[in-house]
Amino acid sequence: MSQRERLVVVGHGMVGHRLVQAAIERGLTERYDVVVLGEEPRAAYDRVALTSYFSATCAEELSLLPGGSYDHDAVELRLSTEVVAIDRDARTVTTRDKVCGTETTVAYDQLVLATGAAPFVPPVPGREHEGVFVYRTIEDLDAIREASHTATSGIVIGGGLLGLEAANALVQLGLQTHVVEMAPRLMPVQLDQAGGSTLVRHIEKLGVSVHTGVMTEAITADEAGRVNGLALKDAAPVEAQVVVFSAGIRPRDLLARECGLEVADRGGVLVDDQCHSSDERIWAIGECAAPAGRMYGLVAPGYDMAEVVVDALLDGPGRFTGADMSTKLKLLGVDVASFGDAFATTEGSLELVYSDAVAGVYKKLVVTEDGSRLLGGILVGDAAAYGLLRPMVSSGIPLPENPEELILPASRGGSTGSGVAALPDEAQICSCNNVSKGDIVHAVEHDGCEDVASVKKCTNAGTTCGSCVTSVKAIIEDHFAKTGREVNRALCEHFAVSRSELFEIVAIHGYRTFADVLEAHGTGRGCDICKPTVASILASQFNEHVLEGRHRGLQDTNDAFLANIQKNGTYSVVPRIPGGEVTPEGLIVIGEVARDFGLYTKITGGQRIDMFGARLEDLPLIWGRLVDAGFESGHAYGKSLRTVKSCVGSEWCRYGVQESVSMAIRLELRYRGLRSPHKLKGGVSGCARECAEARGKDFGVIATDKGWNLYVGGNGGATPAHAQLLAGDLDDETLVRYLDRFLMYYVRTADRLQRTAPWIDSLDGGLDRVKAVVVDDVLGLGSELEREMDRHVASYFDEWKATLEDPEKLSRFVSFVNAPGVPDPNISFTTERDQIRPVNHDEPVVLGSTIPVGGPR
Amino acid sequence: MTAILPDRTETEEWTEVCRLEQVPAEGGVAALVGGEAVAIFRDHLDEVHALSNVCPFARASVLSRGIVGTRGGVPFVASPMLKQPFRLSDGVCLDDEAVRVDTWDVKVDAGVVLVGAKRTPA
Repeated sequence: MSQRERLVVVGHGMVGHRLVQAAIERGLTERYDVVVLGEEPRAAYDRVALTSYFSATCAEELSLLPGGSYDHDAVELRLSTEVVAIDRDARTVTTRDKVCGTETTVAYDQLVLATGAAPFVPPVPGREHEGVFVYRTIEDLDAIREASHTATSGIVIGGGLLGLEAANALVQLGLQTHVVEMAPRLMPVQLDQAGGSTLVRHIEKLGVSVHTGVMTEAITADEAGRVNGLALKDAAPVEAQVVVFSAGIRPRDLLARECGLEVADRGGVLVDDQCHSSDERIWAIGECAAPAGRMYGLVAPGYDMAEVVVDALLDGPGRFTGADMSTKLKLLGVDVASFGDAFATTEGSLELVYSDAVAGVYKKLVVTEDGSRLLGGILVGDAAAYGLLRPMVSSGIPLPENPEELILPASRGGSTGSGVAALPDEAQICSCNNVSKGDIVHAVEHDGCEDVASVKKCTNAGTTCGSCVTSVKAIIEDHFAKTGREVNRALCEHFAVSRSELFEIVAIHGYRTFADVLEAHGTGRGCDICKPTVASILASQFNEHVLEGRHRGLQDTNDAFLANIQKNGTYSVVPRIPGGEVTPEGLIVIGEVARDFGLYTKITGGQRIDMFGARLEDLPLIWGRLVDAGFESGHAYGKSLRTVKSCVGSEWCRYGVQESVSMAIRLELRYRGLRSPHKLKGGVSGCARECAEARGKDFGVIATDKGWNLYVGGNGGATPAHAQLLAGDLDDETLVRYLDRFLMYYVRTADRLQRTAPWIDSLDGGLDRVKAVVVDDVLGLGSELEREMDRHVASYFDEWKATLEDPEKLSRFVSFVNAPGVPDPNISFTTERDQIRPVNHDEPVVLGSTIPVGGPR
Repeated sequence: MTAILPDRTETEEWTEVCRLEQVPAEGGVAALVGGEAVAIFRDHLDEVHALSNVCPFARASVLSRGIVGTRGGVPFVASPMLKQPFRLSDGVCLDDEAVRVDTWDVKVDAGVVLVGAKRTPA
């Protein structure tokens, strides 16, 4: 086949996007040009996480396609482009540009409808008033936010899954929030009466008023047509200035109806198990489709349909045979899960219930008549068992003898987490990414995965909603136990314990030297792994000079000479420039030093200046000049705080809302010199434009009009990670307190050379755990962590100044012990772009081209 | 102290490089011997070793600045560049025995470290 065909995709939501991704990944683009027509002004975004838009700094953060286009020649994405008609005979669609109104015709060979669904607004009188919204797009949220500025309370009509999400949004906007549900309970599709009641109690604690079993009679308005409340049947009216409809969704199948495609009785383009419509060239996927007449309002089945269509176009055998409608989510901070036959509709099925009204926990298992197999269940308030239970339903394996143990709390004989051992290999563990237990075991057995982080990377399990991570961990541990393999946490051959255990050992026993730690808890003499690790732990806790006699031999390459070694054995020098703020005089001193010592200069990513090519014996001379001019060590050489980058800040910037420079300086001066498991970087942005790129840092602070948002766990480097929100709208003091706790918690518990992002991933519970410890102080460690940080701050001193004052420490900064002033003949430089650079080993040495570099003598 | 081949000690030329206490315990210093950069190490048993200061992987004159430790009881220095371990006794890289750095005869006499001839590998 030489002629390329054209695949047109109508709709660029999550499902349409997945289809295009699959088309690219599976090579469909080798045969087809793909044209994607998106009606919204922006590319596909994560609608499931819509509520997080309010805590996000910009819409881009939710985007599934940052940058707004596919990096592929065969794929064209047209946004703000609405499809108004399909001509099946001519095989064309007519599009209208939503900005300028131009109509265009696009021909197709294959057409995929992924138009999604629209919010259903019941015919309630008054629904046209100003202040009435739906909850579906970023534009809807922008409008709700705008309206919330002048409102004090808001109502969500609909107490289902989406309705509670919308209620969460209103709570976040600071509105007194009501939820009105016609059914006698919340989440009527997923929960039974008892589960619903448990959920209500949780939600009411958050200040949300729940009205179930009530009918909305009308939306009332003032004389100007602005909403002022809700009239309810047989109940007192509720006052509100914002009303959000979340009463379900309806498939957007109008295009299909108008061109005569078959539709299902209850709406949706009727498709077969390959997602083929009644026209052989037209397909439908996601919420606009109705495979076998049924519409699916979740994203996972939509993704499956997208994969099925791509497979079919490649002549594959894929079929869509229905979807697991199990749900697990955190609604307003409450865990809720519903899976399998949650309502015990199977004939003869029995229910096992555990309920603790005080703790707000409700758990129900539905089992077969003979109690041998699990059919489904409901979990509210504690859904930890979900990861284990859901695969038990789909795999149909026999229940253990005392199935109640599966839902009892651990303290009463329950066995959360275990039990995965009994699952068969084909049991699906991660439903978001369709990863089975067998896949996980395979990754451990054959791909060298040893922990949750590596299994996640290898299989994608747990990377979407994260609800299965506990099970993944249990499977790995179970597999190790079965094969007699121990998870080796040993630091190296000299210490059988991990870094965090060593940290505690040092803290408890108060050891002050490597020799003491080794004697009490290690074997042999140490090595290049344990020595720097212990040195760092000692420095974190006692902050003695790292070049003190008893610590000196432990220091890693750069710490050993308080400078960064470069490829030819010379060093680079970085004085601290807090927050990137430097005076002209400071710049001149740096320039003079670099010039006088013949150093190559470059601006770093952390807003300071790096001077390269310093010979070991010149370091004290260079630092003598810098310290005299008021500079101090920048710790660019240490596994310690590097910089806190800042933007221009509100004192100069016309957009700034907070003084980011002062805050960055304050934080950099507070945490300077703190030795940690890996390097640490921070950033402070003065407004949501985020010019300091703070979310790419281990801790990022972004100004809001009310204070600061604190993000943690950002990383550049080989595995980039965006920092995630730890707490919002903090005042200066709370921000510093939370940061003290966060950093000390990291310093205490992370592995050697583990940066903050993988550290958070490795914690049981991930970011939620960090929040619990840092913000909610569940371990009661808060003040202890703060005290430790205070102690560090009080003990800070400039390492370079102290080195210059100590002849003993200085004596090591020589080229040769027997010829201290003679430059090492192995080092030579050439010039490039008017500065020095090391001579490469493979280039010929041109006599006369090398220049001797040394201090003024 | 490293054993010295007796037949060579008579004729061998020795260069004084420093006093023993100038070499840190379980550490190293660089010395200039016959125009070459030589790394002098002292291991945990107080034995002194002399290896080329040039790391063959990084091709930089830095080995004396590496961390000295033991692997299975064998003293080694980890290159400060990319951490390849070199056995102090013969300069062989423990991760790749095909690679070795030059070694020199070395002895301590009356508290003074002396470096002799470059050894030829067996």
